[in-house]
Amino acid sequence: MAVNPPIIQSSLFWKENPVDRQRLFDKELSDLKKKLLHMATVAETMIDQTITELVNRDERLAEPVPRLEDELNRLQIEIDEHVLTLLATQQPVAVDLRLILAAAKMNSDLERIGDLAVNITENAHVLAQQPELKPLIDIPRMADLARQMVRGSIEAFVKGDVLLAQSVILSDDRVDELKDQIFRELLTYMMADPRTIERALALILIARHIERIADHATNIAEDVIYLIQGRDVRHPRTPKERPPESER
Amino acid sequence: MEPKLQSLSLDLYYGRFHALKSVSIAIKPRQITAIIGPSGCGKSTLLRSFNRMNDLITTVRIEGQILLDGEDIQQPGADLARLRKRVGMVFQRPNPFPLSIFDNITYGPRVHGKSKRSELDAIVEKSLQATLLWDELKDRLHASALDLSTEQQQRLCISRLAAVEPEVLLMDEPCSALDPIATGHIEELMRALAEQYTIVIVTHNMQQAARVSRETGFMLLGELIEFGHTEKIFTTPSDQRTEDYVTGRYG
Repeated sequence: MAVNPPIIQSSLFWKENPVDRQRLFDKELSDLKKKLLHMATVAETMIDQTITELVNRDERLAEPVPRLEDELNRLQIEIDEHVLTLLATQQPVAVDLRLILAAAKMNSDLERIGDLAVNITENAHVLAQQPELKPLIDIPRMADLARQMVRGSIEAFVKGDVLLAQSVILSDDRVDELKDQIFRELLTYMMADPRTIERALALILIARHIERIADHATNIAEDVIYLIQGRDVRHPRTPKERPPESER
Repeated sequence: MEPKLQSLSLDLYYGRFHALKSVSIAIKPRQITAIIGPSGCGKSTLLRSFNRMNDLITTVRIEGQILLDGEDIQQPGADLARLRKRVGMVFQRPNPFPLSIFDNITYGPRVHGKSKRSELDAIVEKSLQATLLWDELKDRLHASALDLSTEQQQRLCISRLAAVEPEVLLMDEPCSALDPIATGHIEELMRALAEQYTIVIVTHNMQQAARVSRETGFMLLGELIEFGHTEKIFTTPSDQRTEDYVTGRYG
């Protein structure tokens, strides 16, 4: 089955005063965008701080995380309410409708990213209280990539950049490879010495959380592509439906 | 699927004004097709072309073809009365004749030669059943049509069409004069009628077009800009101008 060609790039969306009229509705949509950006910034900060805690083995560095999580949760609720109101009162269609639906979905992914950052913090606490198992190289690398993916997906949203969104989706493979690498390495530690198991497991869980963060960033990127092009790129059924080679 | 109604490169001029610009559209049978667009885009003009109502305007000049079941309705010698029986029209303001309900409905059949009382009675009942007016009006068929509510009058106009067994119903903003509840009733009626008739509706109410139609055409300044499945037009239109219009960014 052929992939449908992209429909119009809704460039309107990214201009503040499109065509003839600034609708009151445009201000609402702009507010919605800003809230999402804010939410993304909070989520990224949480990832940052939790990895910094992990690498420096210092629990105090992650103290702001619970407060940030509260803010994230508050924003999620606010955005959901805003979405509901806009749907009920404006009967949006086409790009406006896709934006509003994308906002509802992205909002959920961002909140989950925050939850995962909190989970990482909990595992990092465990590690900070014990002797270091090994210098951390791959996990920070993985975390950095995941963070870039989150940033990339939100930038793609802000700029209407389909290529950027697609590169985020493709980065997910690299994150999965790193996770597998980390698992294999930690497995060898655990097999060699059972006293390492608790710490190794904590690290494996952290790697798993980071992988999930990357998955959520991928979801956001897929939503951005749908928003811009009206093309649903999730769950390609056959290899033929994946982005063609020329787009990689 | 052979289109029921079609225009092929239709150009229409009112004097020097180029009202329809090479419009090619195919209307499928037994479904509701909506035509939307800003005021002055030519949608009503296009609608009126389908039963040659534009012939009544002396300055009109037409190029291109209009086909009903594949046959050109503009051929010299075409039977206009028969065309307008097959392709009926409903207008924005209901226009019942200043006659009784019964006489309104039997007017058309009588023009087409029916005269037996029993036959006319049956036609009246069937036509009013078709628009769900029968139960309400069966006991006052000889009351004046002008005494009915606006919604009832619009239903009566549709009944009047049904009486001559049309194939196509052209509706030009049929709910504009109605309140939202009456509009909802007429829309329900349209859905029921679409099982039997081909319906083309011109509307400036986009939500209505989105609600009732299977396919939608968007017109702008005399051109048909985009035509396709309604859900596509309202979720992922292909043309930027269509998107500007349906999202309300265009005037």
